[in-house]
Amino acid sequence: MAVVTRDSDSSGTAGGASRPPAASRLLASMAGLDWLARIWWTCLSISLFAGLWELCWAMGWADEKLLPPPHIFLDNIGEQGRYFNTATRWQVGQSMAEGPSAFESVLITGAATTARVFVGLIIASVLAIGVGVLIRYYRFFDRLVLPTITLLSPVSPIAWLPVAIFLFGIGNAPAIFMVVVALFFHMVLATINQIDTVNTNLINVARTMGASKAQIYTRVIVPAILPGMLQVLRMNLFGAWMVVLVAESTGVGYGMGQVIMLARNTFNPSLVFFTIAVIGVLGFTFDWLLRLAQRRILYWLPDTVERLRVL
Amino acid sequence: MSSEDAPHFSSKDAVVCRGVGKTWAAGTRRAHNALTGIDLDVAPGEFVVFLGPSGCGKSTLLYLIAGLEDATEGKLWSFGDLVDMPSPERSLIFQETSLFPWLTVWENVSFGLSIRGASKEERRTVAAEALQRVGLKAAMDKRPDELSGGMRQRVAVARALAMRPKVLLMDEPFAALDVQTRARMQDFLLDVWRDSGASVLFVTHHIDEAVALADRVVVFTSRPGRIKTIVPIDMPRPRNLFSREAEDLRIRLTDLLRDEVDRAFAEQEALAATA
Repeated sequence: MAVVTRDSDSSGTAGGASRPPAASRLLASMAGLDWLARIWWTCLSISLFAGLWELCWAMGWADEKLLPPPHIFLDNIGEQGRYFNTATRWQVGQSMAEGPSAFESVLITGAATTARVFVGLIIASVLAIGVGVLIRYYRFFDRLVLPTITLLSPVSPIAWLPVAIFLFGIGNAPAIFMVVVALFFHMVLATINQIDTVNTNLINVARTMGASKAQIYTRVIVPAILPGMLQVLRMNLFGAWMVVLVAESTGVGYGMGQVIMLARNTFNPSLVFFTIAVIGVLGFTFDWLLRLAQRRILYWLPDTVERLRVL
Repeated sequence: MSSEDAPHFSSKDAVVCRGVGKTWAAGTRRAHNALTGIDLDVAPGEFVVFLGPSGCGKSTLLYLIAGLEDATEGKLWSFGDLVDMPSPERSLIFQETSLFPWLTVWENVSFGLSIRGASKEERRTVAAEALQRVGLKAAMDKRPDELSGGMRQRVAVARALAMRPKVLLMDEPFAALDVQTRARMQDFLLDVWRDSGASVLFVTHHIDEAVALADRVVVFTSRPGRIKTIVPIDMPRPRNLFSREAEDLRIRLTDLLRDEVDRAFAEQEALAATA
């Protein structure tokens, strides 16, 4: 850190021309600190929440049979883990004591659920952006398709659950279908909204330069809506996590949702909270990765958070 | 071109407007007449400034000349061709920055060439040349958000120049800049204009800007926009903007505008009263 500071000072005095790189390097090193600070705050935030819970337990306000505090439900991970990945266990007719270790089980189940969310999210975004762009591109497609999409948009994903089972039975397909169907309609409307708010100056510039309609869409509109679409994707990520649990818990497949259902049926609050903790960590990580990707792909976006922070 | 479209004037004129008008949302209840009965000839290489109160339709006329909007009355020609769609020959520069934020400076400048499918080498060469002319060749590989407002407008000018336009249309291009930067940009624009040989149609509501730049100032009435009068300025360049002549001109233009601003205000107040 000290080295970087001195470096930036010396090049700063060397001349105005070399200033920007030095300044950006200094910023980069501060961003590194920022990163550490963010981890610290995340830990503090979680500890505060856990601490309050533990306090309630210590004061005797929270019954540990109903609301076991973190130190209890995290205590017997080995025990809890055995309830995960039961589908595989049942498939091969193994007893509870055999098969993958507790840790592996949690990993396998978590990965299965994550994969469904991921695949569903990808399919839904590709379909939604494609349909959204087509709706704005072709007037007749707009008139033909948009009313139905708007009509289906407010339907709760729960209502699609029977359809998922009718069409796909059990396994991965119905869970992914649920994620897609839960996100698709909103994302189409969001895409259209993004297209409608593209700066008309950008479109007019392309028009005066002789760009065709197709070129305006591919060279201007699609890159211009990308930042907004990634934002929409992040918002919908949590929606995808919620829906996938519903899909899994209702016998559509196995996964985190199925574990929650098992915990409910066997009256095992510790397992419920443990699973919630795992889902939280997975969702948090997923969101973090998407944010990283966003910063990489959408390098040209200004940092509004920084601007809000100084208010 | 049908005989009706045939121009009755020299086809060498950069822009010709005959009875041009625009009604927005025509045929609906929200219809309003922004511009009407515009007759205007712009010579090649001429610098014409459109001056008028806000909302007088001067920007609308620029859009019509660019071919981005269709006139609801009259017809326009550019170098003898009927204007019915946008053309790279008539480049438009906007008030706000209109650079593509996801492209680097040189990619922005050569956007029009990439539309035509030019090779990367050709695009880079043309971009470098255009950026050289606006003094920003060193910023070629930067992104728009790394530049100041004035630099971005210079890049926008370079992008327009890269298309080798015969007419440069500028819609209050320096309105968002501070006073000092604006003065420098005006000098810069005059240099660019001189060596490009293009006609410039420049929209502004600043009298100072009109006096600094124009060969002719077209003064607009308030809504619906009509040409109130055309004031030629034959002061030699570089102009001394503190001279007696410039001061007289400012006073004259201020008087011309004052009536229109008064009328626009009275109209707005009447509108507010009925609402």
